[in-house]
Amino acid sequence: MQLIFEKSRQGRGSVLLPACDVPEVALPEELQREEALRLPELSETEISRHYTALAKRAHGVNDGFYPLGSCTMKYNPRIDEEMAALPGFTGIHPLQPADTVLGCKQVLDTAKQYLCEATGMDDITFQPAAGAHGEFTGLLLMKAYHEANGDFNRKKIIIPDAAHGTNPASAVMAGFTVVTIPSNEHGCVDLDALRASVGEDTAGLMLTNPNTVGIFDPNILEITEIIHQAGGLNYYDGANFNAIMGVVRPGDMGFDVVHLNLHKTFATPHGGGGPGSGPVACKAILAPYLPASAIQNGQDGTEGRLQLKAFYGNFLVVLKAMTYMLTLGAEGIRNACEGAVLNANYMMHGLKDVYPVAYAGDHCMHEFVLTLEELKKETGVSALDVAKSLIDHDIHPPTMYFPLIVHEALMFEPTETESRETLDEAIAVMRQLYQMACENGEEMHHAPHHAQIKRPDEVLAARQPVLRYQWEQA
Amino acid sequence: MATLENLKYTKSHEWVLENADGTVTVGLTDYAQQELGDLVFVNLPAAGDDVTAGEPLGDVESVKAVSDVFCPVSGVVAEVNEELLDAPQLINEQPYEAWLIKVESVSGSEELLSAAEYEAFIAQGE
Repeated sequence: MQLIFEKSRQGRGSVLLPACDVPEVALPEELQREEALRLPELSETEISRHYTALAKRAHGVNDGFYPLGSCTMKYNPRIDEEMAALPGFTGIHPLQPADTVLGCKQVLDTAKQYLCEATGMDDITFQPAAGAHGEFTGLLLMKAYHEANGDFNRKKIIIPDAAHGTNPASAVMAGFTVVTIPSNEHGCVDLDALRASVGEDTAGLMLTNPNTVGIFDPNILEITEIIHQAGGLNYYDGANFNAIMGVVRPGDMGFDVVHLNLHKTFATPHGGGGPGSGPVACKAILAPYLPASAIQNGQDGTEGRLQLKAFYGNFLVVLKAMTYMLTLGAEGIRNACEGAVLNANYMMHGLKDVYPVAYAGDHCMHEFVLTLEELKKETGVSALDVAKSLIDHDIHPPTMYFPLIVHEALMFEPTETESRETLDEAIAVMRQLYQMACENGEEMHHAPHHAQIKRPDEVLAARQPVLRYQWEQA
Repeated sequence: MATLENLKYTKSHEWVLENADGTVTVGLTDYAQQELGDLVFVNLPAAGDDVTAGEPLGDVESVKAVSDVFCPVSGVVAEVNEELLDAPQLINEQPYEAWLIKVESVSGSEELLSAAEYEAFIAQGE
């Protein structure tokens, strides 16, 4: 398939700009381009066909089941898009006088109120653009808090080995060193290892609960207390918030700061359809360090605050999340959470006799992890082969090879927006693939057989990445 | 899986060559590169850095995951194989040629196994 740049023909266009009705002002010469920007030039028909063709080659939540674990690929309601398209929200500018955008301010205030209520926190910032940005922001709050208390030696962040890879990466980016602690036989935090790792240099703990193997840590109150006793703070990674929203609150579990992925839990588009939004909510003790926009800086005691993104973050994403919350209401939010947990359990129980569940218990939360280690040993068919084979059945592969503590891992998160029929079909396909692995595994090494793109060379892509269009070769 | 008689091995799958001048050369074993899969990135310390036995000296990245490489000995990094930074696949192709670092002022060491002991250790785990 040709790139849009390759389809471009000079002089062809589809946009007629209206006549300029304000005085033209030229940029200073040193800021002017030396050559024209190389934008593709196509007719509207060509553009429409180009993007339709791209959409046909992709698999989104509107195409089929998308159980990508830890990503919460739930349906994105149309009403959220309709609200975000209202001209009163799209035709504004962050620098216009505050008294002309009171409706937008009300959106932020409403979202703040609901999200603080849902997390058990006191204040929030909407600046972070997505989850990892939220982690980074939350860690900077913890750092600012310790430094304000004269605690300059609290440099260590404790992170379980089952954590999302972004946790240690964010901690290092924020200037901390990472202490990794092992998981116990249930995939939960090893309390003895935790006790042994805390001390006067502990800045805090980063934790998801439920964790990455889909288990709610029963010792959570003890865990957060150990950190508090040592003088540290507790960071809640909201990646798995869909499993608890409306039922349990991080603030009640002893956490001091939390990020939420609005693009996951609160149903706004992501995975190519974004942008994301990773607001950070915190207890009152951390509120004085929350970031401020440059235009607020100096007002209301916000002097010297950090700024992590322009103005108020991805405002329209917050608006969509607020619409989602208003549509569902408190009861609906709880129902969504319960549905997510029910669907994951339904699917896990439909598969566990053929595919062993990692850290198996009777129940999981919103997701579960299968280990195909035995299957690979016996048949040579790997988690990758099964994941690729699902594509031929119009199912998006689950998360593979994560968490790292599980070998040949496949992590399923069906979400609450799937019907029982969809789950039954996915279970049947997975069982069929198990049969195929036992009888004719060879064929699965080359799956998918019917997709337009078969198996991209991931090694070559990682070793010699082409990160932008190469004009020279055009 | 291949091993070489003249090398020593750690349980975390690094090999160690004790050089005549008292320095030590460190690399990843054939078993390690097989388990990791195709490597796409190598992160090594700088010459002059202190390294500690049992602590990570750097990491290697495959398309699946990033894994720590543990230093078998304590000492000071004398030399780094910079060729690997642009060609991590050398570790997959020739694990016993593609050394990672050379360590001088060696002051201590992890438990080191002979080739036969290392092979027995691997067989035990499988």
